[in-house]
Amino acid sequence: MNFIVFAILALLAITAVAIAKLRELWAVIMFTGIYSFLSASWMIILDAPDVAFTEAAVGAGISTVLMLSTMALTGKAEEIPRKKSLVPLFVVIVTGATLVYGTLDMPHFGSPDAPVQVYPDPSFVKRSEADMHGLPNVVTALLASYRGYDTLGETTVVLTAGIAVLLILRRNDEKDEPTQLAGNKTP
Amino acid sequence: MTFESIAGLYNYWVVIFLMMTGFYIVLARKNLIKSVIGLNIFQTSVFLLYITMGKVEHGTAPIVPPAIAEQQSHASHGVGENAHAAIEHADEAHEVVHEVAHEVALTVADHGGELAHASTEIIYSNPLPSVLMLTAIVVGIATTALALALVVRIREDYGTVDEELILELDRGE
Repeated sequence: MNFIVFAILALLAITAVAIAKLRELWAVIMFTGIYSFLSASWMIILDAPDVAFTEAAVGAGISTVLMLSTMALTGKAEEIPRKKSLVPLFVVIVTGATLVYGTLDMPHFGSPDAPVQVYPDPSFVKRSEADMHGLPNVVTALLASYRGYDTLGETTVVLTAGIAVLLILRRNDEKDEPTQLAGNKTP
Repeated sequence: MTFESIAGLYNYWVVIFLMMTGFYIVLARKNLIKSVIGLNIFQTSVFLLYITMGKVEHGTAPIVPPAIAEQQSHASHGVGENAHAAIEHADEAHEVVHEVAHEVALTVADHGGELAHASTEIIYSNPLPSVLMLTAIVVGIATTALALALVVRIREDYGTVDEELILELDRGE
């Protein structure tokens, strides 16, 4: 088990660096799909199969399709090589070091007495046994019932984003049409 | 820095490394599509951060095995009905009978509680981070789609998706 985790994490890190280094967009998008797939694999090991399925479907699937169609619409514009600036690297290293310093007194991986695990008490797993009358998947119970408003909000966000995308990508035909009609009428 | 703390914190460090890689892409790369990809990597690392927090040692996915779940639902139904019937019966009957029935109901309820307790000895990982991240993934793909639509629109107007060329065009150079 440990070996598999180690291999997945190493591959994740390598993929991330490859995405940062590569300049050809096609390859970068393919690597993004691989990255999503690897994170989904790690999520399975971390006992979150529902999230892993969603990440594999949405991250590796839909997201890749969206990126590829964007690339098709914008042309295969490769990055223009420029003189490298060290400022971003410096900012990233400082931020990363600060974050690592912050983790030093975090609860250890998998510890059962971490604050995340002790609240709420009784846990949602125990509560759902009585509330949900034998629904096996606790994640479903939480998603649809205990945190139903989150899901409602999520649906609202998706609807808003969909409307916004349609408005942004709308062709300007409507503006042209009246003038054309007017032009046709005058002669 | 002992081996124990390294083994206990490595998950955060991997996540931070991935997060910083995404951050670097956003800062250093000037292609707009590449920036969106950087944001995506950053986002996925946040999902991983939450999911690693939910993991419990020797735990399993928060899915109750169907056999146990069925047994529990029957048990809780049975207990509820028995107790209800007992209390109803007591209302009609004498005061003494009421007390006895109440006692019976209490013991039945206790018994049911023990049953439920015995079957939850399996350790489950925390389902709450999973639920939060399910919502976040869907919201994330919505914002990504919006960002990509903006990129397409920018390309229509400027003819390029390179940040510096766009800024130059804006300055009228």
